[in-house]
Amino acid sequence: MIRLEARPAPSRAWSVLSPLVALAITVAVAAALFAALGKDPVRGLEVFLLKPWSGVRALTELGLKATPLVLCAVGLGLAFRANVWNIGAEGQFLVGGILGGGLALAVTANGVAVSRWAFFPMLILAGAAGGMIWASIAAFLKDRFNANEILVSLMLVYVADLFLSWLVFGPWKDPRGFNFPQTMNFAAATGVPRVLPGMRLHWGFALALAAAIAMWVFMFRTYRGMQVLVGGPAPAAARYAGFSARFALWTTFLVSGALAGIAGALEVAGPMGQLTPHVSQGYGFAAIIVAFVGRLHPLGAVLASLVLATFSIGGELAQSRLGLPAAITGVFQGVLLLSLLGCDTLILFRPRRGPA
Amino acid sequence: MNELALLVAATLAAGTPLAIAGLGLLVNERAGVVNLGAEGMMAIAAVTGFAAAFHTGNDWVGFAAGAAAGAAAATVFGWLALWLYTNQYATGLALSLFGAGFSAFVGTGYVGKNLEQRAASGVPGLRDLPFLGPALFRQHPMVYLAVAAMAAIAWFFYRTRAGLVLRSVGEAPESAHALGYPVRRIRMAAVLVGGALCGVSGAYLSVVYAPMWVEGMIAGRGWIALALTVFATWRPARVLLGAYLFGGVTMLQLHLQGKGVQVPLQFMSMLPYLSTILVLVVISRDPLWIRLNMPASLGKTFHPGN
Amino acid sequence: MTAPRLRLAHVTKRFGAVVANDDVALTVQPGEIHAVLGENGAGKSTLMKIVFGALRPDAGTVEFDGRPVHVRNPHEARALGIAMVFQHFSLFDSLTVAENVWLGMDGKQGLDEVSRGIRAKAAEYGLELDPARPVHVLSVGERQRVEIVRALLANPRLLILDEPTSVLTPQAVEKLFVTLRRLAATGCSILYISHKLDEIRALCHACTVLRGGRLVGTCDPAQETTGSLSRMMIGAEPPVLEHRPPRPGKVALTVRDLRLERWDRYSVLLDGVSLEVREGEVVGIAGISGNGQQELLATLSGEDTRPEPGMVRVFDVPIGRKGPEARRRLGLHFVPEERLGRGAVPAFSLANNMLLTRREALRLGGWIDRSFLADQTRGILGRFGVKAPGPAAVAKSLSGGNLQKYIVGREIDAIPRVLVVAQPTWGVDVGASAQIRAELLALRDAGCAVLVISEELEELFEISDRLHVIARGRLSPSIDTPRATVELIGEWMSGLWPGNAAVEGAA
Repeated sequence: MIRLEARPAPSRAWSVLSPLVALAITVAVAAALFAALGKDPVRGLEVFLLKPWSGVRALTELGLKATPLVLCAVGLGLAFRANVWNIGAEGQFLVGGILGGGLALAVTANGVAVSRWAFFPMLILAGAAGGMIWASIAAFLKDRFNANEILVSLMLVYVADLFLSWLVFGPWKDPRGFNFPQTMNFAAATGVPRVLPGMRLHWGFALALAAAIAMWVFMFRTYRGMQVLVGGPAPAAARYAGFSARFALWTTFLVSGALAGIAGALEVAGPMGQLTPHVSQGYGFAAIIVAFVGRLHPLGAVLASLVLATFSIGGELAQSRLGLPAAITGVFQGVLLLSLLGCDTLILFRPRRGPA
Repeated sequence: MNELALLVAATLAAGTPLAIAGLGLLVNERAGVVNLGAEGMMAIAAVTGFAAAFHTGNDWVGFAAGAAAGAAAATVFGWLALWLYTNQYATGLALSLFGAGFSAFVGTGYVGKNLEQRAASGVPGLRDLPFLGPALFRQHPMVYLAVAAMAAIAWFFYRTRAGLVLRSVGEAPESAHALGYPVRRIRMAAVLVGGALCGVSGAYLSVVYAPMWVEGMIAGRGWIALALTVFATWRPARVLLGAYLFGGVTMLQLHLQGKGVQVPLQFMSMLPYLSTILVLVVISRDPLWIRLNMPASLGKTFHPGN
Repeated sequence: MTAPRLRLAHVTKRFGAVVANDDVALTVQPGEIHAVLGENGAGKSTLMKIVFGALRPDAGTVEFDGRPVHVRNPHEARALGIAMVFQHFSLFDSLTVAENVWLGMDGKQGLDEVSRGIRAKAAEYGLELDPARPVHVLSVGERQRVEIVRALLANPRLLILDEPTSVLTPQAVEKLFVTLRRLAATGCSILYISHKLDEIRALCHACTVLRGGRLVGTCDPAQETTGSLSRMMIGAEPPVLEHRPPRPGKVALTVRDLRLERWDRYSVLLDGVSLEVREGEVVGIAGISGNGQQELLATLSGEDTRPEPGMVRVFDVPIGRKGPEARRRLGLHFVPEERLGRGAVPAFSLANNMLLTRREALRLGGWIDRSFLADQTRGILGRFGVKAPGPAAVAKSLSGGNLQKYIVGREIDAIPRVLVVAQPTWGVDVGASAQIRAELLALRDAGCAVLVISEELEELFEISDRLHVIARGRLSPSIDTPRATVELIGEWMSGLWPGNAAVEGAA
């Protein structure tokens, strides 16, 4: 009989090991699944895990995929640490994309002369504004009416999705687009500046890294950051100290919303270049996994986003090269998070043999 | 008149999956465990149930398979949250994300497949009553089973010792543990019931309500069912009432579209989600009211160590 | 010669590296009231949980009525005839008394039968109890009555009571003793866990003393003095506090006619509370828990800002609506009762926990000066003798006594002008308790106004210059400690002070 005994202090070793063990479990599950589907597991893993890392082009694509994940997960890490359960990053991503895309569309339709680097900050602001507006609905309803933020922020994902759908099916539809639900292609000047010629990786990636570093400083080196973090593990201690729970609620929602919104705007103006009903490939939800795998730590989020980006690109490759459904990515994401949560138990507890 | 009867009938049909899932989550939460994996369990059960019904041609095999799939998914959640002490919110969320991916993966081969049209059923003798017949008595048996399940759960909660034990575990697990009740096993049983009922609900959606499988078909119903338990302040009868209310909103939206009301489709489709938010706001406005009714240990990890 | 009711031999229980019980023996005769004495952390509760089946020993034997038994869970304990009254009650607030009792029984009887049983048993032992009332409306004393009746209804052969008197007035303690003596006379054995020496001498036939998880010895408490028992318990002479006469200065903290509406159904409202604390004096507030202490403390600390501004004043500045930070800037600091989760964030380092109430390490724009913070923390650990690896140690890795020294030290180090302390030594070992009390007195002598709210009468008598009593949200007039007696304060705990309008028995 194995039982778990609380450790006197959290294990630092397991805090680092846990995501690695979880990753190993996920890889084992993936190999088993490939074998079960009649594919060679070695070849499957190669396509799924290694191919996304081979070559400069592959690496830039990886960075491109990781950018929205880092941005969303950095904000969610702060929110989850503060015990604010914003799980509607997907919706905030979409509204950021809508505002960013709307701005690009306006520039395009009106033929405004603008350079890429001049448009870039405007795009960021539009995206941040969109994400903050959407996040502030959930924050306001929680603050004013005590409405559960998990359910509200999640319901708002569906609302944002339908709103986007209305826009691209209706008023923003490209009149010369053969009735496809999409806007016209944005002018080249609204595109996000690229890092390398010929590659899709854009400077939003650097912005995401900067956001992670800034978040690290905020969380661990500033008084305000510390005030936000106390409310999660010990709300009574926050009240005792006089730290405002409302401040933490609004800060976390606005910051995570803004970052998700920026991710959405970058995605729309960057690789997509137009608005369609499928702006997000579930980035806002995958970012929840990134946040946890990254230990709710901003720099951990950067590493974890590379893992999830690998899964995502690997899934696409598995579809084209192995004939597997791309949805396999979602299975591995889920397995990764579930096994991570299980492994995390070892941070706070240690297994013991014998009776209670 | 006839139109109204059909609207009532459609409302009951649309409310039933919410009611079944909501009742399952209610049992779950009364034991002090909140499972945000409802959406995922329903998705897994929907594809499993659809596959079972598709291959056997028997709806009830589909429901049973859905229940089993839901319970299996709930087992994973329960094992993590109850025995490994993981955060209930994070674990449920993980299950929902896993369920979305897993169902899409497994269901790839079933997209576009249809079940045969089922013969209309109903309550013999009552189905031909004027108005009441079409409104109430020409439903799928699952609609009536949902009502029966509500009555059974209410009886269990308030009239049996086992129900009292379950509620006491949700109220103060430390006390129940001190008195010698196996808190984690009782909670696991509640989690399994919750998973099985979510599973039946998911299978009903894909086998009867839709009837087909498509990725994302649960469309937030798991989350709405979670909101229903709050709306109901954790009482069985109110869960049923709330479910029909949401069924009504869904149907009203389709009805108005049919009437040619000039509002874009997408805004109509937002109604269930917007009403969920509205309901949460109205019901949660008074924190005291929620605190008085909520199982006191809801969402808190219980560790029997000391 | 009959077999002893209970016999433990060589019982050992480890939690990781900690040995909670080390080769402990205990023998209880039928009809005997047997005390288990030891200070906090001596291993009393662990031993009782082993007897009751809530924990299993790593080694050792348990015999009940002469037969070896392996009690695997509380159900089996009850089947043997063992009942337990917990220190932290195992009750369900939203259920009725009868339902609570029913849940603690084997379930062979119906609920109605249980209700009748409760009435009969309560009448037999002179305990008033209405089976139909929900538990959340009961006072702490009444809740304990529920636990006791629940235990008695099982017709136990061995009854375990864990620190039963901490929630009772001295008068109620007397009544409890009458009940227990009557029960023992019927042949039921009683295990009485306590650290209160007077009670053990008054009640118990035998006494087993534990220290640091080990058996110190067994004695007849009637033959011992309080001093000799104390020496057995702590292994040394009890520390003596040096109490200089107070030199009160000007009024530092004023509470005037403080009223508070009911916050939720569990809390007592405050009804016209008035008090003054002067510089250089310690004022104590006694009372049974749940009589408004939490509410009063929250209004003093700034966690509850509902009172009118003028109802709470520091040096005549109205602060009723000000938050904790503003109050600290005026010199009012507070040590809460809950160390983990309120006084300190369990998973945060001691250094980060400084920032809850101290801002000296903050630089421009809220930047935290890490090295200053670490030095500041080290200073507190050194000055107050906190045993901790260093500023990076997480709060929850410290023992209760060390964490309390850290928290009290953190607030004293801020040089407060008014210090409000709740339960300064609750759950703290004797050495640390003595040190904390001495620090509070030193602070007083340095001119700080100190207000102590405690449920431990002994502690209040030891350090206070004046005493108030709180009962049902009302505060008694103050009395100089030298003029107060345990009996008088006990009566006041029931609300029976001269001039109190609400005198229908508070406990």
